[in-house]
Amino acid sequence: MAQILGLPKLSPTMEEGVLVRWTKNEGDKVSPGDLIAEVETDKANMDFNVEDEGVLLKLLVKAGETVKLGAPVAIIGKAGEDISALEQQAKAGGGAAPAKPVAKPEAKPAAKPVAKPATQTTAKPATPPEPMPASGSGKPAPGKPAPGKLLASPLAKSMAIELGIDLRTVTGTGPGGRIVERDVKAVADGGATRPIVSAEPHDEAEPAEPADARAETAIAVRAPRRDDHDGDFEDVATSNMRKRIAQRLTEASRDIPQFYLMRTLDVAPVLGFRERLNTLLGDKGKISVNDLVIKAVALALRRVPACNASWEGDAIRHYHRVHVGVAVAIEDGLVTPVIRDADQKGIGSIAAEVRDLANRAKLRQLKGPEITGSTFTVSNLGMFGIERFTAILNPPEAGILAIGGTIDTPVVHDGQIVAGKRMTVTMTCDHRVIDGALGARWLAAFVELLEHPESLAL
Amino acid sequence: MAVISYREALNQAMREEMERDANVFVMGEEVGHYNGAYKVTQGLLQRFSERRVIDAPIAEMGFAGIGVGAAMVGLRPIIEFMTFNFSLVAIDQIINNAAKIYQMSGGQFHVPIVFRGPGGPAVQVSSQHSQSLESFYAHVPGLKVVMPSTAYDAKGLLKTAIRDDNPVVFIEGETLYNTTWEVPDASDGGEGAEHLIPLGVADVKREGTDVTLIAWSKMVWLCLEAAKVLAEDGIECEIVDPRTLRPLDVDTLAASVNKTGRCVIVEIGWPVAGYGAEVAYQIQKHCMDALDAPIERVTSDDVPMPYAKNLEDEVQPQVKDVVAAVRRVLYLD
Amino acid sequence: MATASVSIPDPSKHIEEDDPSILETTVEELAPLYRQMLAIRRMEEAAAKAYSQGKIGGFLHLIIGQEAVCVGAIAAIEKPDYVVATYREHGHAYAKGVPARSILAELHGKKTGLVKGLGGSMHLFDKDTNFLGGYGIVGGHVPIAAGAAFASKYRNDGRVTLCFFGEGASTIGGFAEGLALAALWKLPVVLICENNQYSMGTPTYRSLAVEDVSLRALAHGMARDRFDGDDVIKVKRRVAEAVERARTTGEPTLVEVVTYRFRGHSMSDPGLYRTKDEVEEWKRRDPLTRSRARLVELGMAEDKLDELEADVKAEIEDAVKFSEDSPPADEYLKYVVKE
Repeated sequence: MAQILGLPKLSPTMEEGVLVRWTKNEGDKVSPGDLIAEVETDKANMDFNVEDEGVLLKLLVKAGETVKLGAPVAIIGKAGEDISALEQQAKAGGGAAPAKPVAKPEAKPAAKPVAKPATQTTAKPATPPEPMPASGSGKPAPGKPAPGKLLASPLAKSMAIELGIDLRTVTGTGPGGRIVERDVKAVADGGATRPIVSAEPHDEAEPAEPADARAETAIAVRAPRRDDHDGDFEDVATSNMRKRIAQRLTEASRDIPQFYLMRTLDVAPVLGFRERLNTLLGDKGKISVNDLVIKAVALALRRVPACNASWEGDAIRHYHRVHVGVAVAIEDGLVTPVIRDADQKGIGSIAAEVRDLANRAKLRQLKGPEITGSTFTVSNLGMFGIERFTAILNPPEAGILAIGGTIDTPVVHDGQIVAGKRMTVTMTCDHRVIDGALGARWLAAFVELLEHPESLAL
Repeated sequence: MAVISYREALNQAMREEMERDANVFVMGEEVGHYNGAYKVTQGLLQRFSERRVIDAPIAEMGFAGIGVGAAMVGLRPIIEFMTFNFSLVAIDQIINNAAKIYQMSGGQFHVPIVFRGPGGPAVQVSSQHSQSLESFYAHVPGLKVVMPSTAYDAKGLLKTAIRDDNPVVFIEGETLYNTTWEVPDASDGGEGAEHLIPLGVADVKREGTDVTLIAWSKMVWLCLEAAKVLAEDGIECEIVDPRTLRPLDVDTLAASVNKTGRCVIVEIGWPVAGYGAEVAYQIQKHCMDALDAPIERVTSDDVPMPYAKNLEDEVQPQVKDVVAAVRRVLYLD
Repeated sequence: MATASVSIPDPSKHIEEDDPSILETTVEELAPLYRQMLAIRRMEEAAAKAYSQGKIGGFLHLIIGQEAVCVGAIAAIEKPDYVVATYREHGHAYAKGVPARSILAELHGKKTGLVKGLGGSMHLFDKDTNFLGGYGIVGGHVPIAAGAAFASKYRNDGRVTLCFFGEGASTIGGFAEGLALAALWKLPVVLICENNQYSMGTPTYRSLAVEDVSLRALAHGMARDRFDGDDVIKVKRRVAEAVERARTTGEPTLVEVVTYRFRGHSMSDPGLYRTKDEVEEWKRRDPLTRSRARLVELGMAEDKLDELEADVKAEIEDAVKFSEDSPPADEYLKYVVKE
């Protein structure tokens, strides 16, 4: 049975898209997951993957055309099928089948709600327990969402929108497979799903179908695809975090025109300043060079606010607040917790916050808001002996600063060669937002601040 | 600051307000010569004489109505119900008269009156003496409903209630009278006498990140205990005490739930149409996108209170019930 | 002569005898009372008409036939004294000094109404004249009247409170408790039972074991009185006695005035519980007819009476026009909680 394909929603805020190009032609056979077109959304160029088996019988829009969300773009069906009625319907516009969800519902939909009233011994529900459907009736309980409907808590939904995570890729661990905060967080932090802390009590008499389905899902995600006929290699399945990093960095690297600005600065003053601060603090805390760098970045963004911005297509968005992201390496990936209003914060509180966020990042305990919303990022590989490096932008930010390590080097001072300490920093700029001279100005401000670190305390 | 009992805090509040305003008087059963059935009015008769501390016969509708009439013409009565269970025979005066006269008279007469006394279950006093009637009163526009959980709140809120120009239903915790808390007094640079807490301002009784417990009166104490138990498992509860059920400080409650994403409402009243249901409505309305789990309510069972101790415990919310509800909203069980 | 003694009188339909001397009066005293009664009647008739035209809604309880009770009783007190009444209270409000304009505009649900269209027929209140309100829950206002009297005693301000209610209220707890507390605490209140012989549609013999309501006072050692309410001067004199007692000794009195309402309980009353003959019989004792005849007897000229009546007619016509022309009520949020 032929059907109309509508333009799918490919970004959370997408209302229409430009069909950039078809990657399949009329008459081509397609299978679920096949790329059939590229679509430019309000955010980026996105892949339009088909989710049906069949033949592309008709392409209804030409490359370059702008299409409303859900509007007909193609007809798919069996070869030789009569599609005149569907063509009429597509022309009429209104009759298009709704855009199919990109992901299909689980093969084993939860026919029975998993949520059970807690047992009498442990809980005192305020309302009488909800009636359970008769065993084996196969019908959902009254008012329960139909099987296959995506179940997610409102918080999980809002987090997913904020983090740009497709909920259909998340496995829910709540009742009935409801996606809850921890599931979205698990994806955001990397890894598939956190192991279920404790299983719900199941009635022995009933097969625990939904739990099994969940277990299968978990295995499917976690188990490596082994294909080592000769033992030459092993495929380790990518975690959702890895996939997400891959996708974002690929996009950033591919879609953003970026250039690099480098400066080497005298790091001796900041080292001395840090030592004085730490002496003052005693055992009440420790300040790292990185904490001072974060503060300097924040203040430099205040001095040159044009770099605290992002490309929005029709506009360049200038942020009123300065939120500095700090790249933190964790097992199997990295996260970028955010120091909000870093320009307003004292060095001591920045240090404490960075330490706390980094620790919790490693434990994968960060909440959504703690890892989103940064306006500029700092990445530091100095501690790994890296002298200098370039970083890939963290969209939508227009800048990222890569910090190299401290190098002991001979320098010329008052015409004499003396021992000095230097550090090289590299700024990656989104050229759509920051031109060379502007970037240079920002970097000069940063260097000025770091070479006169007392000004960081003002 | 001095550490005093909830009972003493209430006594101080009335004493101070009676010293301050000659229009304030106390009327109720056994408030004078007997010194109060729960000793809340102890010593007031000696200080203020029978003119202002008036022993009433058993006629709640009569003396509640006398309070309303006196308030209409400018006095500021404090009407004590020996327990709020007895307010049910005076409820016509509270709902049909006190709550409505300001509106019925087109704003010409207002009724500055406090109806106070203990409410909620005590210990083994069985069905007619163990009721939590705040939901009845909180339903009525024109009333304010206050339920302090600590001596600190009791004093500050009662003083404010006495000064309020509207009828205030002030329900004390029957089992809280001996609890103690730090309360400002005259030694605090004279500001103790002006320890006033505005009505309609909630108080965060414990800060936490994982779940918001909303509770008032005695249930605040239960939640504090439950929070200790949960903290051992690394679960940090935030406990918000609205203190005033009408008007309700929705902002503070919602801010907390928007922070934690989970909400358990703990009340000692019955479940059906209980005040917690209204709180739950407000939370879902103001915190929709922050909620990670359905709002839970912990209430008494839907039965009249039995007498036997073991059954009474079974009916009322216990620490384990709060712990279980918290674990449910955290999807831990 | 009315009495405060605690004897056991004949519990049948017992009417205290008048001392004829108390009924002596003058045109100067009676004419204003007649005018008030007439104005109340015309106001009630105008209300009934507006109700039939759909300009007034809800419940409308008319006092036609009983005018001498409120007018006579309120004539016995002073402006600072308080009056508390029932839902059949248009006449009481008018007698206490509330303008017909404010009353009728309230009945019309207008912004200019006495209580801004928020209370309607049953809930007239007026702070200026110390009219503490009309109450719709039978007997629930008796404790409120005791409370106003309590405040007078507390402040020793010499004021007296009049509390009106029907004989139908004498069976409810609010009346019983108000009576008991007023007696116990010796509160300066005069409790006036307007016994119009029907509690809605139930005659007294079917609602009261002892039809003499005033006897309830005896159980509390309270002064009592009981008399017919067709002579406004008699009502004034006998209530004045109770008012004087309250003012000088602080003691309450239970006064029962036997009267009759010519109209139904409310506008929706088909009146099936009494005969037309009975109503006609009582109409022959109309307190207005009686007062008018007395004025003629006292030498008031017919043209003066015509003038008075035309003046009343104009006053009520003006009040009706004012009510109809007034803007609709518009505030309902403002007076729920006093800020």
